[in-house]
Amino acid sequence: MNETMKTLNESELQAYTDGQLDPLRLAEVEAWLASHPGDAERVDSYRQQNAALHTLFDPVLNEAIPQRLIKPEPQSWTILPQLRYAAVAVWLAIGGMLGWFLHDAQKVPTVASMSLASQAAMAHAVYTPEVRHPVEVGADQEAHLTAWLSKRLGAPLKVPHLAATGYELVGGRLLPGSNGPAAQFMYQDARGQRLTLYVRTDKTDNQETAFRYAREENVGVFYWIDGPFGYALSGDLEKSELLRVAQLVYQQLNP
Amino acid sequence: MNETDRLIEEHIPRLRRYARSLVWERGRADDLVQDTLERAWGRFHLWRRGSDLRAWLFSIMHNIHANNVRADSAIPAQQSLDEDELNIPVRATQEDGLQIRDIQTALDCLPVEQREVLLLIGLEEMRYEEVAKVLSVPVGTVMSRLSRGREHLRQIMAGNSAPELRVVK
Repeated sequence: MNETMKTLNESELQAYTDGQLDPLRLAEVEAWLASHPGDAERVDSYRQQNAALHTLFDPVLNEAIPQRLIKPEPQSWTILPQLRYAAVAVWLAIGGMLGWFLHDAQKVPTVASMSLASQAAMAHAVYTPEVRHPVEVGADQEAHLTAWLSKRLGAPLKVPHLAATGYELVGGRLLPGSNGPAAQFMYQDARGQRLTLYVRTDKTDNQETAFRYAREENVGVFYWIDGPFGYALSGDLEKSELLRVAQLVYQQLNP
Repeated sequence: MNETDRLIEEHIPRLRRYARSLVWERGRADDLVQDTLERAWGRFHLWRRGSDLRAWLFSIMHNIHANNVRADSAIPAQQSLDEDELNIPVRATQEDGLQIRDIQTALDCLPVEQREVLLLIGLEEMRYEEVAKVLSVPVGTVMSRLSRGREHLRQIMAGNSAPELRVVK
């Protein structure tokens, strides 16, 4: 290494600041700083930045770790997904059986639209109790959410805004549907009551836009077909209340 | 709880501190930590035993945060750092606790790349090589981001709205 230092290398000034300088260079760098107050001042200032960062953020180290960051006990990790798969399998089986028994019966809704309600109710039941991850993409990234789900469903989606009924968008997620990808948007009111809007592409050529109502356990579902999509609004609400929201969804989608 | 969980858990306080310095708001910072931990738990088999677990965890957090930032900046309505408004904080007259508030505001003015380097080195006290590994960039890039970031911060805190503070992402 050179005996007489022409200029202080910028990396060495940083390394000196952080105590990461090669110890062999220490004396020389210190001599340089002693005769170059401008550089010495920079080192001081950078060290103050580091100290300020510690003052500002070190208290986080002593905070209690929130429960949600502790890895859950194994049961909830192994049993829950199995339950979900089992539940999905049951619904698929029911849908299949209904399809088999009802395919000739003209007066009941088509199997495609029935399973739209079932699928929506199932997705609603699975994801609304979710505390940790109710949605994949939050409402704060709504543009990204819309673009992403539109791309996956292969047609431009719109996200209705239901604030007029007291429900705010929480976000959405991608789901497997019977015709390919499906989307779920979740809404929540001030009391924490959640609604979900399930959207899937509908290739059944069904142009009918009439609202239909179904009830699966506690979950009421209004569903309808509109253009390329089948929509289903699910919630644990009075039928009249749910209809009011469903009408708003429909208006928002067809301005 | 098994050994791998415990290994990861030891790093949670530091991950939380780093997350908080990246996204301020406590809930969102913990979301970032949670996403990081879930990915780490799910991919723990990919971690090479004996290699630096902290660097691995921080690199996961870096990737998730970088994706979030990209997704956010795709939203047109959000304020863009490319514009000339940079919100240079005005230096107050009281000295008391001033630096602390200042650095918080000043950090916000830095592009995320410089901010990350500054925090990993200034706060996490990582070695430069380790930071390069976490961010998947050469050490030279780390050094230049560090140098520019610190100087930006110094200028902002000195109250100079120097023209080079116009950040181009």
